Amino acid sequence: MALSGLDIFKLLPKTNCGECKLPTCLAFAMKLAGGQAKLEECPHVSDEAKAALADAAAPPIAEVIIGQGAKEFKTGAELVLFRHEKRFVNPTGMAVLISDAMSDDEVKAKVEQADKDAWERVGQHLEVKMLAVKCESGDAGKFKDLLTKVNGMTELALMPMTEDPEVMKAAVEAVGDKNPLLYCATAANLEAMGAIAKEKNLPLVVRGDGLDSLAEVSEKATGMELKNLVLDPGTRNLKETLEALIAIRRGALNSKFKPFGFPTIAFPCEETDDVYFEGALSGIYIAKYADIVVTSEADAWMQYPLQVEIQNIYTDPQKPMAVDAKFYEIGTPGPDSPVLVTTNFSLTYFIVSGEIEASKVDSWLGIVDSEGQSVLTAWAAGKFVPDIIAKFINTSGIADKVNHRKLVIPGYVAQISGELDEELTNWEVLIGPREAADISAYLRNWSAS
Amino acid sequence: MAFEIPKETSESRIREVPLGDGSVKVGGENVLPFYLFEGEMPNRPLIAVEVYDDNPTEWPAAVAEPLKDVLADPVAWAKKAQDEWGADLIALRLKSTDPKGDDNTPEEAAKTAKAVAEAVGIPVMVYGSEDVEKDGEVLKAVAAAGEGKNLILGPALEDNYKTIGAAALGYKHTVAAKTPIDVNLAKQLNILLSNLGVDVGTIVADPTTGALGYGLEYTYSVMERFKIAALRQDDAMTQMPLLADAGIESWKAKEAKAPAADEPQWGDEMKRGVIWEILTATTLLIAGADILLMRHPDAIRTVRKVIDTLIAQ
Ligand code: SF4
Repeated sequence: MALSGLDIFKLLPKTNCGECKLPTCLAFAMKLAGGQAKLEECPHVSDEAKAALADAAAPPIAEVIIGQGAKEFKTGAELVLFRHEKRFVNPTGMAVLISDAMSDDEVKAKVEQADKDAWERVGQHLEVKMLAVKCESGDAGKFKDLLTKVNGMTELALMPMTEDPEVMKAAVEAVGDKNPLLYCATAANLEAMGAIAKEKNLPLVVRGDGLDSLAEVSEKATGMELKNLVLDPGTRNLKETLEALIAIRRGALNSKFKPFGFPTIAFPCEETDDVYFEGALSGIYIAKYADIVVTSEADAWMQYPLQVEIQNIYTDPQKPMAVDAKFYEIGTPGPDSPVLVTTNFSLTYFIVSGEIEASKVDSWLGIVDSEGQSVLTAWAAGKFVPDIIAKFINTSGIADKVNHRKLVIPGYVAQISGELDEELTNWEVLIGPREAADISAYLRNWSAS
Repeated sequence: MAFEIPKETSESRIREVPLGDGSVKVGGENVLPFYLFEGEMPNRPLIAVEVYDDNPTEWPAAVAEPLKDVLADPVAWAKKAQDEWGADLIALRLKSTDPKGDDNTPEEAAKTAKAVAEAVGIPVMVYGSEDVEKDGEVLKAVAAAGEGKNLILGPALEDNYKTIGAAALGYKHTVAAKTPIDVNLAKQLNILLSNLGVDVGTIVADPTTGALGYGLEYTYSVMERFKIAALRQDDAMTQMPLLADAGIESWKAKEAKAPAADEPQWGDEMKRGVIWEILTATTLLIAGADILLMRHPDAIRTVRKVIDTLIAQ
């Protein structure tokens, strides 16, 4: 958070010497706060003031990079508490838990599933980001073998989990060149764990036993010049975890509490054995401030819905999501199927295509580029108007795919039908229903002849 | 190093609205959802279990299967919801009155509503088929038949709030006022209803629900903005308890319904649909919903567990 002009003024020499080409230190401070001057222009600033100003300019929550290559991901760097204020920055990274207590078959199945947990949705690529690999045996050799094996099966980022520095050393020997997230440093092992992370400059989770001890470990870790930290408050039930995640985010943003200026991790997998409840916990932590969420279930029925939630929550609130402008086949339309057009606002597309699907009438759905606006807004803004729709129809090639020449437009823009008729001389423009819910009934009565 | 969480307390509250005979209340909180470290939620958020009167036949197996014994019998359905799934409320949806469907008469629908309300000991809300014209007639009949039950009637829209508001006023019911995902439109409808004479203390707001993947983020942010305006700006016209229509909207989503045979990349459809509803409901619960309309017994059980855990002292 930037300092105000007055805050900066307090840090200046207050001599009004004029070397900055401004009459007073206060004037200089004001310009500096407004971004119209540079600190270097005053030759007399103290080192202390420099440090304070640099501090104030630093982002409130650090950004941490985990993994490597195509599967590298960024986490943290969030700036707000509520998504309507400004887009949340780095989507929650989902991780799947495996352990050296699992059978080979189980490990193989989970790794393969997590590896293929990737989907395209509304032009975005969604995927599980990481495997959390837990050492339950306490056996460094066994753990190292598991990590080596897993590393050979997937490019996903890895999070080796052990509190024993000797075991962690073995883990780093196996996968240290893949920028794994080390889990974890605690009050008891920070020195040794911190040293391991520091040697290879690896990201490290610090775990507290509640918020006070988390602040303490985090501060000590920062004192060791560890910068890539992830915070685990150590809570393992919904009520405490939610409260901790809110406290950490608020502490970092509202109180500028440095020890909490890092991304967070949550463990629904360790909070319950009830898989639906685990899904619910994951969903809550995605919405309320967890940057990494570790789950036990790798299957798509769980991970895909969670990815869709992440996509929703991390969407830019100022910029509606848009789908590609083109003709979509809903069902398996043929030459006598209805032809409809609407705008490319993703919600419009989803609702209209959903209703067409529900009608079980195979149809051609034309999506016109309306800069992501809904029908009425786009019409008012001149983005869903006769000449644009006509151009879309004429260049889409739809005329070659259907035998009829009937075009259904949304009922909300009935007023453009006349003009559109003139623009599209070969086509007959039909006014469809205003509400999406009525599409089904409309299509069932539709006929090409 | 001690950390003191920066607290944001509020002098304002969400209005506490009594439902049914008044032993169940909704709202009353002076904090964002479950921020119990800085305030209180005197009443837990409620789960209203959906009951349909039109014997739904096109539902996917994932949700039709666990309900198959009661789908054709709204009274049995409501009882089961109350006795076995721990429903706080019944949300009776009079789909059979839809003019584009069965087009049942308001009188028949009112009979069903009365039978359901008499069969259970928990409050009942009654939604029409969401046909602007017909809902007015239907809810008028329901209001008369349910006199003394303090039902929640809705959805009252900009285009039919007069009929529905008057019916609620005449027979002492509560109103659910529905507007399309916009704080200002909701405030406006609230004002219109109060101009009609409806006590703002008997209104809950339905800000329109986008399910997971289908506009969830809009409803999420509208609910957060509602709560922030209500608590931090003391805006009386945003202090209504909020309602999230999670069941019906979730089960419309293609991803909640599509069989794995058609969409193998989405996994087991029997569980996927349940998670779809759970995520829609819990996300909106965390955003600020005071009443969640829900459908699948496993989703209901799970969200109950979430509320139980979060509300515990
Ligand atoms: S150069 Fe520095 S000390 Fe001199 S007037 Fe400008 S701000 Fe003040």
